[in-house]
Amino acid sequence: MIDYNKVLNPSVVQLKPSGIRRFFDIAETMEDVVSLGVGEPDFSTPWQIRKEGITALEQSHTRYTANRGLMKLRTTIANYIGRKYDLHYRPETEILVTVGGSEAIDMAIRSVVSEGDEVIIPQPSYVCYEPITKLAGGTPVIVETKAEDRFKLTPEALKVAITPKTKALILPYPCNPTGAIMERDDLLAIAEVLKDTDILVISDEIYSELTFGKNSHVSFGALPGMAERTIVINGFSKAFSMTGWRLGYACGPAPLIKQITKIHQYAIMCAPTMSQYAAIAAMTACDDVVEKMLEEYDMRRRMIVAGFNDLGLHCHEPLGAFYAFPSIKSTGLSSEEFCEKLLYSKHVAIVPGTAFGDSGEGFVRASYCYSTDHIKKALQRIGEFLQEL
Amino acid sequence: MNLKLLKLLNKNCRRSNREIAVMTGRTEQEIDESIEKLEKDGVIRGYKAVIDWERLDNTYVSAIIELTVTPKAGAGFEEVAKKVMKYPEVESVYLMSGAYDLNVVVKGKTFQEVAMFVAKELSTLENVTSTTTHFVLRRYKELDVELFDEKSDDRGSYSF
Repeated sequence: MIDYNKVLNPSVVQLKPSGIRRFFDIAETMEDVVSLGVGEPDFSTPWQIRKEGITALEQSHTRYTANRGLMKLRTTIANYIGRKYDLHYRPETEILVTVGGSEAIDMAIRSVVSEGDEVIIPQPSYVCYEPITKLAGGTPVIVETKAEDRFKLTPEALKVAITPKTKALILPYPCNPTGAIMERDDLLAIAEVLKDTDILVISDEIYSELTFGKNSHVSFGALPGMAERTIVINGFSKAFSMTGWRLGYACGPAPLIKQITKIHQYAIMCAPTMSQYAAIAAMTACDDVVEKMLEEYDMRRRMIVAGFNDLGLHCHEPLGAFYAFPSIKSTGLSSEEFCEKLLYSKHVAIVPGTAFGDSGEGFVRASYCYSTDHIKKALQRIGEFLQEL
Repeated sequence: MNLKLLKLLNKNCRRSNREIAVMTGRTEQEIDESIEKLEKDGVIRGYKAVIDWERLDNTYVSAIIELTVTPKAGAGFEEVAKKVMKYPEVESVYLMSGAYDLNVVVKGKTFQEVAMFVAKELSTLENVTSTTTHFVLRRYKELDVELFDEKSDDRGSYSF
C-alpha cells in the first residue's frame, strides 16, 4: 500500500484548499440558491467571436500553433494594448499567448522566483499568487490594503514590505475582490519607490476593461521607465466574456518572455488554437459590444452598492472589476459566519472576504455578474437575513 | 442621457424611478421630470406588459395581413392606414416597402373570427385591392422578450 503522504510533494500538501470549497459543497445540496458568488460574466461570448471560433473549426485550424501563439494574434494584441493602454510591445519577442491569465501568472512567478525570494502580495486579492509563490520556493510577503485607502496599495506600505530579498511585487488591479483600482498618481507613487531597485512588477490587469466612471485603466507597464521591470498580464476572459476559451497573454521585456516561453513550451505547448483565431475578432470587432456590457455592469454596480448601503452594510464604491466588497462588521459576525448563516438561512451565496486573505475579515464579496432582477432578489433576502439577526 | 432612460424603460417599465435613478447615477427627481417630459412630448406613448397568451386557457389568435392599396391622390396610403388603425381588432399597422403596402396585425379569439374580420372589414375598405392573411402559429419572441423559460445559469454558485 502506498503511503501517499510520503510520495506527495510536501509543498503541495501544505497548500490550503480554496476558501470557498466548503460553501460550494453546502450550496450544491440546496434548492433555490440565489448566488452572487461567481467570478465570471453572465453574458455569452459575443457572437462575432463565437463565429470566428466556429470558422476556425470548419477550416480545420485544430493543430498546434507556434509556442508563443499565432503571429496574427500577437500582432493584434500589440495593436490593441497600444491603442487602449499606451503599451508598446513587439509581437515577435515581447508577447506570449497563454492559457488564460492564470497560466501567465504561474509562469511569470515561477520564472523569476527561486528558493528564499520574497514576493510582495497586496491582499485582499485573487487567490493564486500566494500558493504559486510557495510552490516556487518563494516567501509571500503580504501587504494588507485597507478600506480607508480604498484598498489601494500605498507607497508607505510597500516600502515597509521591501527587504533585500524582495524579488517581485504583484500588482493586482483592478482588484478582485475589492473592486479597487490604481489611478495614474497611485501608480506613479509605487514606481517612485521601485525605480532604483531590481524589483520586478507582475501586473495582473485581467480586469482592465472593467473600470467605471471617468477612470480608464492605467497600466503600470505604460509608466515612464517601468516597462523594463514589468510583466503585464491580461486576457480575454473578463473583458470579452470568454472564460471558457482559456486565453490570456503576458507582455514584458524580451529576456523575460524568452525564459517564460520555455516553461510554456514544456508544460503547455500552445494556447488552444481555435480560441486564438476567435480572439482576433474579440480585439478587432467587438469594441461596441464591450462598451454595451460595460454600461450594463455599471448599472448593476450602482444598484448593488446602493443596495448594500441601504441595508446598513457599508460599501465603498468599487471602480473596477465586477465585485462589491461591503463591510459586514456592523453585524458582529465574522465573514465566514456571515456567509455560512446567510447561505443556510436564506440560500444566498456570497464569498467571505477571508477567502482572499486574512485582511478580508469583516468584508464579503458580492459579484454583480447577474441580472438586476437577480441582484434585487439577493439583496432582498440579505435584508431579511439582517432583520432576523 | 434620455436614451439610457428609454432603453431601461423599454426593457422593464415597472422599475421604480428611484431604482432607475440609482442605476443611472441621476436623482429621482430628475428621472421623474424626464419621464414626464418624454410622455408629454409623445416620445413615450404607453406602457404595456409582454404576455404569453398561450399560457392561458382563453384562446388568442393573431395574424399578419398584407394589404395592397391603391394610393389616393394627395393623401397616399394615409387615409386607409388611419381607417385601419381605428379597429380594436388591429394591434399594429405599418406602411411597408416591397410587394405590398400595409402590414396589419390583427388579433381575435379564433381563426374564424380573424378571417371573418379580414373578409368583412379590411378587404371591403375603399382602395384596398387585395389582402393576404398569415396566421401566427407560435410565438418565440415578442418585443425583445423570449417567450420560453429562461435558460438556467450554468455557472454554479461559487467561483473565484
